[in-house]
Amino acid sequence: MINFEYVRASSVADAIRQIAAEPRAKFIAGGTNLVDLMKDEVERPTRLIDITRLPLKAIEDKADGSLRIGALVPNTDLAYHPLIERRYPMLSSAILAGASQQLRNMASTGGNLLQRTRCYYFYDVATPCNKREPGAGCSAINGLNRMHAILGSSEACIATHPSDMCVALAALEAKVYVSGPSGERAIPFADFHRLPAETPQIDTNLRRDEIVTAIELPARGFADHYTYLKIRDRLSYAFALVSVAVGLDLSGGTINEARLALGGVAHKPWRDPAAEATLHGQAPSAENFKRAADVLLRDAKGYPHNSFKIELARRAVVRALTQAAQGTPQSQSNKKIL
Amino acid sequence: MTRTSKAASPIGEMITTPAKLPVALIVNGVEMNLQVAPWTTLLDALRDHLDLTGTKKGCDHGQCGACTVLVDGRRINSCLTLAVMQDGARVTTIEGLATNGVLHPLQQAFIEHDAFQCGYCTPGQICSAAGLIAEGKAKTSDEIRELMSGNICRCGAYPHIVAAIEQAMREMRDKS
Repeated sequence: MINFEYVRASSVADAIRQIAAEPRAKFIAGGTNLVDLMKDEVERPTRLIDITRLPLKAIEDKADGSLRIGALVPNTDLAYHPLIERRYPMLSSAILAGASQQLRNMASTGGNLLQRTRCYYFYDVATPCNKREPGAGCSAINGLNRMHAILGSSEACIATHPSDMCVALAALEAKVYVSGPSGERAIPFADFHRLPAETPQIDTNLRRDEIVTAIELPARGFADHYTYLKIRDRLSYAFALVSVAVGLDLSGGTINEARLALGGVAHKPWRDPAAEATLHGQAPSAENFKRAADVLLRDAKGYPHNSFKIELARRAVVRALTQAAQGTPQSQSNKKIL
Repeated sequence: MTRTSKAASPIGEMITTPAKLPVALIVNGVEMNLQVAPWTTLLDALRDHLDLTGTKKGCDHGQCGACTVLVDGRRINSCLTLAVMQDGARVTTIEGLATNGVLHPLQQAFIEHDAFQCGYCTPGQICSAAGLIAEGKAKTSDEIRELMSGNICRCGAYPHIVAAIEQAMREMRDKS
């Protein structure tokens, strides 16, 4: 592993001061992605600022019905929290669909948002990668691209965001609270992660001198009609080829509101209000679900090894909408897809 | 913890080695005081500083689970955490599971069910299973398989591993 200095932050303000003082410093929380990347010399911070002792571990039920989740709440604690299980089961399910229990015990809520892509070439410092070294070129476009994006990619980068949790947070319209030298600001989840465009080295709109302090979930959790359906190469502990988070507000055989987000297909969780709008006021029928999937995937573009993902995503969307409408969400232990 | 400025070397940046840092770990009930480099993982601290080589280094990237230990009662991949970050933590390794010479129910069940072949993944499997039982989330064999998916067995002893965990889980429940 690379060599570096190690310091601890004593408060959020101290963390912000320390990150500004050393241009090549990085925060460390769970470490599950950063330590791995440092072993491969993909990340080479000169100093690590340990934020794990900061008081950002609470889950607060707010008076307006929203829930504020501290950035350092471990993924496991979040997935099994009674309020999450009851009011936001889609989020609980998505978290449990990702990684392994050991990793979920370590990984933080904020860190989950900031994990880097698992593109093979990003990890392999012997190959060109625009995300790792801007301007070097993309090895995946003409290389092995089975895991890569079918939506929102650019000539510079076709990497995907690997998180499951973030797909549910996108569907739930979470807000990300961040603190920096000029105070706190809230970033709508849809604006937190970026598409690669010409600057794939920048994953998010978090500024270098800012720290994620909390995630806020709005009151609506779609607990009656939801699912998180994840399709992958093995049944557990693998990144998604395609995943779908769905939340429906259904009454009297009519969809009042639909939330639909895809994982494993783009540089960020993929949501499209136009696709969701096709379902509003409609019956939960296979025909309407297919139309929504067609709209969601209308700009999909495959590469030599991942074109199969377009049809896979289309079918997964229909299946997930059906699961949510029927009130039979995908189990994350019994892997049979019904 | 001082770092020199960039040296005039064409090879790259020359840095002095940051000073070692003190770390106190309660390992298998015994307080251990170590001096480690910032980049020493908990796994390397256990194996190389404390000679507790029961915890295995498999992939060293959090993909295989061979390095699983319990930190403050929760199972984690010791290869992906820095020893300095665990200052003050209680760490339980495979060496700490038996009590007074009596094997832990999981250790006994792994022997009875022949739940290994080469044995390299076994310490991680058993520590992971101890964490799983403490979590209390797995009731069915499907749930055991899912929540043990972070531990890979290249010999493919999975059916016996699940049977051993089910037996130990029953025994520990009956006793408590």
